[in-house]
Amino acid sequence: MPATTVMLCGVGGQGTILAADLLAKVAAAAGMAVKLSEVHGMAQRGGSVDTIVRFGDEVHSPVTDPGDVDHLVAFEIIEAMRRVHYVKLGGRLLVNPRAIQPLPVLTGDVRAVHGLEAALEHEGAIFVDADVLACRAGSPKSANVVLMGALSVGLEFDKSAWIDVIASRVPPKTVEANLRAFELGREVCLKGECGL
Amino acid sequence: MGRTLLSGNEAVAQGAWEAGVSVGVGYPGTPSTETLQHFATLPDVYAEWAPNEKVALEVAAGVSFGGARTLVTTKHVGLNVAADPLFTLAYTGVNGGLVVLVADDPGMHSSQNEQDSHNYAAFARVPMLDPSDSQEALQFTREAFELSERFDVVVLVRSTVRVCHGKSMVECGERIEQSARAPYRPDPSKWVMMPAMARARRVDLDARMSALAAFAESSPLNRAEYRKAELGVVCAGVCYEHVREALPEASVLKLGMTFPLPEKLIAEFASRVERLIVVEEADGYLERSLLQMGVVLSDSGLPGAGEITPGMIRRAVGMPDPVLRERDDTLPPRPPLMCPGCPHRPVFHAFRKIKAVVTGDIGCYTLGALRPLAAMDTCVCMGAAVGMAHGAELAGGFADRPVVGVIGDSTFAHSGITGLVNTVYNGGGGTIAILDNRITAMTGHQGNPVNGITLQKRHSHELDLEALCTTIGVQRVRTVDPHDVAATESALREETSTEELSVIVFRAPCALLVKDKGQPYAVDEDACTSCGACVRLGCPAIGKDEATSKAYIDVSVCVGCAQCVQVCKFAAITHTGPACDIGEV
Repeated sequence: MPATTVMLCGVGGQGTILAADLLAKVAAAAGMAVKLSEVHGMAQRGGSVDTIVRFGDEVHSPVTDPGDVDHLVAFEIIEAMRRVHYVKLGGRLLVNPRAIQPLPVLTGDVRAVHGLEAALEHEGAIFVDADVLACRAGSPKSANVVLMGALSVGLEFDKSAWIDVIASRVPPKTVEANLRAFELGREVCLKGECGL
Repeated sequence: MGRTLLSGNEAVAQGAWEAGVSVGVGYPGTPSTETLQHFATLPDVYAEWAPNEKVALEVAAGVSFGGARTLVTTKHVGLNVAADPLFTLAYTGVNGGLVVLVADDPGMHSSQNEQDSHNYAAFARVPMLDPSDSQEALQFTREAFELSERFDVVVLVRSTVRVCHGKSMVECGERIEQSARAPYRPDPSKWVMMPAMARARRVDLDARMSALAAFAESSPLNRAEYRKAELGVVCAGVCYEHVREALPEASVLKLGMTFPLPEKLIAEFASRVERLIVVEEADGYLERSLLQMGVVLSDSGLPGAGEITPGMIRRAVGMPDPVLRERDDTLPPRPPLMCPGCPHRPVFHAFRKIKAVVTGDIGCYTLGALRPLAAMDTCVCMGAAVGMAHGAELAGGFADRPVVGVIGDSTFAHSGITGLVNTVYNGGGGTIAILDNRITAMTGHQGNPVNGITLQKRHSHELDLEALCTTIGVQRVRTVDPHDVAATESALREETSTEELSVIVFRAPCALLVKDKGQPYAVDEDACTSCGACVRLGCPAIGKDEATSKAYIDVSVCVGCAQCVQVCKFAAITHTGPACDIGEV
């Protein structure tokens, strides 16, 4: 079995690295080989970020190429479009439809792009309103965990493994909100088609 | 200890701990930073941030001299700073094991250049080990301490961003206590590198390198994996993993020790494959070395610049690309930016207003070079702002534009102080803006001499920047709160209008240190004249409406710092309700 490749992309500060860490720990708990690759530093300051998690019987490279990603989880819609060519044909594309305009757009240097939802829908994207669900879960910062809830439906790991990892990894005061966020993300996927 | 998911940086720290290292020292620098941070949390160790990498290596040299094992951590450009002691420590060798982690950044994710530290190993004549993942990062670090003592050498462990910040499963072991290490014995012929002694140690160094080269031939650090004979690949570090991913059937010579190289092993491998390529990042160190040995290589066609991926390797050997979705290249770029509420923002805003020529430095404030602030003219290396400001003045002026050097608190302690001593000594003018945000922010909030927070939270002294500048002879030193937009601009106007050298300390904590966010602001559309003054601050919370050109504030991003309120001449920015009102819930 070739390794499964998940790419998480978004904007610095959205919690992609924590989310990737949760996924990597769940895969590790299942006894799989796992590699995670992230880049931070400058990128933390509101720039584009992506994190790659690969797991399976055997994993070599920690990075990936266009056309090789099985599941893309985009925390922001412009970043979803920026990485869509990484998703293999038949791969899954989960998108938080929230837009965070880049500074060149805010300042009027560059025009905003429109019609991203339609373009991504054409690519088979499933939209998960992670920011809205996170607020409903009680913590606006838990959008990353909402998305992991949605992702979890398409992966082979037990729900209980996710719950254990989330409970041990997020700040103690936010455990309940994060577990609710995870459940809301799962529900969205279980109710809808969710690309499966 | 068992199996656990560790980053390469954490694994190096764990390996050093297992090797019985008692002292760790370094300077933060992406992608190396977490190594020493993790080491500092392990039991029975002492760890400290040094003001710069040269000092860190000198401290470590003293630890080694005294008989204990010691780890130094640095990013690639930091090794340039530490190069002076490194080259001579190659001569002296060690007493207690001395290992330097050097973290390279192919692709320059957070660096000003892309250097391949293999060249330092060959240049300084110190052995180098190249781990390919977290497990090897741990094992190679342990091995590096053994080699350091066995061969009387400083050892470099070279990691790259994908090893440093990659995580994979690691089998951790027990600590080997080093309490019984050889005590210090006086030996000037080994430790005092004046010419007569150094000449003898140079000959001895060559002998040590010969012994290491012989060791490299049979060490399991270097491993030939024979599969199909059609294609052989020589590689090291993370490139090994990319090669195994891309070419599972190729024969691979995996070099765990990249200096000195195992020449016989390489020649043997080359003789047993039909076509041989080298896969490496950032420079042609391995390729050049093999060609020098007379090995016949095929050109891989891989680029020298940037990171290598499995797909690039597949293409290089003529394998087809997968069918791709269309790529959208028309999207707006998303460069990194100063955080909402960043105290550096008004300073750059003022630089622009006074039309300053700004020599810059390395840190969050380097982002002041980007639009819309676009108020930084140079960025070269840590500390360069101060020397370059003096040099720019010596060039004879910029048509009445004032020269300002801008540098952070940690960077000033790293290597700005000597630059300022130089300007004072030589009677230079100009203005230096020290942006003291109370932390080393860009690398993730490390302590430094200016804020007096040590790595292991020991009691410490807070360096008094104003007193220091005064003591070294700067006559004009003042302190300004950069959140006060008018005071920031007027201080800069005053100080740049004199011929004398002046220092302004702009002191306000990093926005990420401020836990209590202020109430967010909103734009009163009726009062807004679309003048764009607030947008030119470059705050990620403020945008310009495409249709009306009026400003708007994203309440979920705004932290209520009020900088924009001060630049709005029309009182159009006012307080609004609390955040987290996004959408219908």
